[in-house]
Amino acid sequence: MTAREKEYRVDYLARVEGEGALYIKLRGGKVVDAKFKVFEPPRLFEAFLVGRMYYDVPDITARICGICPVAYQMSSVHALEKAFGVEIDPQIRLLRRLIYCGEWIESHILHAFLLHAPDFLGYEDALRMAKDHPDIVKRALKVKKTGNDLVALMGGREVHPVSVCVGGFYGIPSKSQLVGMRERLVEGLKLTAELLDWVGELEFPDFEQDYEFVALRHPEEYPFNEGRIVSNKGLDIAVEQYEDHFAEEHVPHSNALHSIIIGRGPYMVGPLSRINLNFDKLHDRTKGALKRIGFRTPCRNPFKSIIARVAETLYAFEEALRIIENYSEPSKPRVDFAVKAGRGFGCTEAPRGILYHRYDVDAEGRILSAKIVPPTSQNQKMIEEDLKMLAPSVIKLPHKQAVWRFEQAIRNYDPCISCATHFLRLEIEEE
Amino acid sequence: MPRARPKIAVYKFASCDGCQLSILDLEEELLSISERFEIAYFLEASRAVVKGPYDIGLVEGSITTPHDAELIKEIRKNCRFLITIGACATAGGIQALRNWKGSAEFMRYVYARPEYIETLDKSTPIADHVRVDFELRGCPINKHQLLEVLAAFLAGRAPNIPNHSVCVECKLRGTVCLMVSKGIPCLGPVTQAGCGAICPAYGRGCYGCYGPKEMLNSESLAKRFLELGKSREETVLAFRLFNAWAPGFREVEVKA
Repeated sequence: MTAREKEYRVDYLARVEGEGALYIKLRGGKVVDAKFKVFEPPRLFEAFLVGRMYYDVPDITARICGICPVAYQMSSVHALEKAFGVEIDPQIRLLRRLIYCGEWIESHILHAFLLHAPDFLGYEDALRMAKDHPDIVKRALKVKKTGNDLVALMGGREVHPVSVCVGGFYGIPSKSQLVGMRERLVEGLKLTAELLDWVGELEFPDFEQDYEFVALRHPEEYPFNEGRIVSNKGLDIAVEQYEDHFAEEHVPHSNALHSIIIGRGPYMVGPLSRINLNFDKLHDRTKGALKRIGFRTPCRNPFKSIIARVAETLYAFEEALRIIENYSEPSKPRVDFAVKAGRGFGCTEAPRGILYHRYDVDAEGRILSAKIVPPTSQNQKMIEEDLKMLAPSVIKLPHKQAVWRFEQAIRNYDPCISCATHFLRLEIEEE
Repeated sequence: MPRARPKIAVYKFASCDGCQLSILDLEEELLSISERFEIAYFLEASRAVVKGPYDIGLVEGSITTPHDAELIKEIRKNCRFLITIGACATAGGIQALRNWKGSAEFMRYVYARPEYIETLDKSTPIADHVRVDFELRGCPINKHQLLEVLAAFLAGRAPNIPNHSVCVECKLRGTVCLMVSKGIPCLGPVTQAGCGAICPAYGRGCYGCYGPKEMLNSESLAKRFLELGKSREETVLAFRLFNAWAPGFREVEVKA
C-alpha cells in the first residue's frame, strides 16, 4: 500500500447463514475489483447423490440447507416426478404450497428481523435491538414460530421435515388439524401487516441498479412450485431450458459456482425479483398494504428487499388461509407410480430465489447424475456488482459505517452460503 | 453484584446451519436464554464478538479441511465445556459418504477446477480431533434437548437425554409398529431416541437421523430388511445417510 492507500477490513461478516469472504480493491478512489469469496468446506452433494435411490433424494438434498430444507425437497420431488411422468393429486399440490408458505414465513422473518433489520437501526444484533424495540422483536418471533409450526404440522418438525416424498407425502395432517391452525394464521397475518408497516418506515439508502430480475411466473398464482422462468429483460423459458440460458462458472476465489445468464451476465433472484415480476398475482390484502406504505414495482433498490420479504410473508399467510379453507382430504397421501429411466427438471421458488435441480435416473430408480443450482450462487455475481456500484459513495462514510454498509448490502440478498461457505471475511483495500 | 452470566460461543464447520438455527427457533425461550447466558460468539445471529475463554462451546458441523482440523484445536482450548450439536459434528454427517470413496473423485464431479479447493479425504466428527464433553445427536438436533442441556448446565447437573431406541418413543406416542403391522423397513430398533419418533407417525420408517443407539445389532436388522424385500444394496444405503460414518452403522457392508 502507498501513502494514499487505505485498507478497510472486517474479519468475519455476521448475520448470514454461513461464512465466507469479501474483498474490495480501490485504486485512486475507484473500485478495480470486488470479490465475494465463498470458502465452503465442500460437501459434494451432487457427487454422493449418484448411486442413491430416488426416494432418498428429498431427504438428502434437504441437508444442503437447514433454513430452507422444504425448497430442496420441493425442487427434487418435482424433478423426479417429471422423470417418472407422475401427476400429483390437486389436493397434494395445495399441501405442497402450504408447507412452502410455512417455510417462507419462518425464513423471511428470520432474515428480515433477526438478521437484516438490526443493520437499518445500527444494532449489532436482534437481541440488542429487542431492548429498545421489544414489541417488534417479540411480534417477529411469534410470527416466525407460526411459520415453523406450520412446517412442523405438515412435516413433523421445522428443520428437515420428514413427510415430503415423490408422488406426494408419506403422511398428511387431517383437515381438522389444518383448520386448528386457522386462528394462529389469522393472528400471524395481523402481526405481519403491522411488521410490514414498520419496515416501510425504515430509512433506505438511495441506491438503484438496472437489474435483470429472474423468477418463476405462473398464469394463475404467485409462484411456488411451478411456472416458466421469466425476467424483466425478455427471458421467458420452460424449466427444461434452464441450462441453455444460464451458465455456472468456477472461479478461484469461491467454492460456490457463479451463475450468469449466457450473453448478458449477472442477474438477481429472490423476493424482490419475484414481487417485481408477479405483483399482479399477490392477494388483495398484500397489494393494499404495499400501496399504503408507498412501495411501487418495479423496485430497483436492493435495500428494499426487506419490504419484499415481509410482503411475501403477508402473502404466505393469506395463501395458507385460502388453502386451508379450500382443502379437502385426498383418498391417499401419495399417488402410485412406476419407476422408469429418464431425466427430470425441477425449479421452485426457495425463499432466496429460484432453485434448479436436474436428475438422470436409471430403470431401477438409481440416480445417475444430479445438478443443483441454489439461489445464492445465482446472486453471487450480482452481489459483487452491487458492491462495486456502492463503493464510490460508501467510502465517503467514516470507516466503521462504510464497512457496516457493505455488510448490509450483502445481507440484502439474504445469502444462504451455509450450503457453500466457511469464512465470510470482508476486506476493503485501497491502493 | 450478580454473578456473571456463563458465556456461550457457537461454531460452525461443514454443515447446513440447521442445528444452530434450532437456537434461533427457540422463539419463546430465546430472549430468556439471552438473559441467563451471554451469547458471546454466534456469527449467525450477531456481529458483536465478546472475547473468550467461553464457558460453553456449541459446535455444529464436521471436520473436512486441513484448516478446520487446526481450528477445532484452538476452539477446544478456548471453551470450558465443548458440546457437539447434531449428526455432522457427532458422526461426520451426510458429507461422510465421501469416506468410502475419497474426495478426489467427488471433487471432480462437482467442480470443473478441483485444484482451487482444499479438502480432506474424510469428513470426521469433532471427537476424532479433540476431547468432547457432551454430544447432542440428531439431524437436526431437537431444540428442546438443547434447552435441557443448557438448563442442566445452569443447574450444575448432567443433562437428561435418554439413550433408548426410537421404538420406545413410538410406544410412548402410541404409534403402531410399521415394521410389524405393515412390513415397512424401519431403523427405529437401532436408532437413538430424541426426535419423538416422527417418521413412523407420518407413515414412513425411521431413517436413523439420531444415529446408532448403544448395544445395537445392525446386521440382524439388515437381515430383516432383506426378508422384507429390500435388496442388499438398498439395505446398506439405508444405514448410509446422516450418520453413515458412526460406529454401529458404518460396518453394514454390501457383502455381509
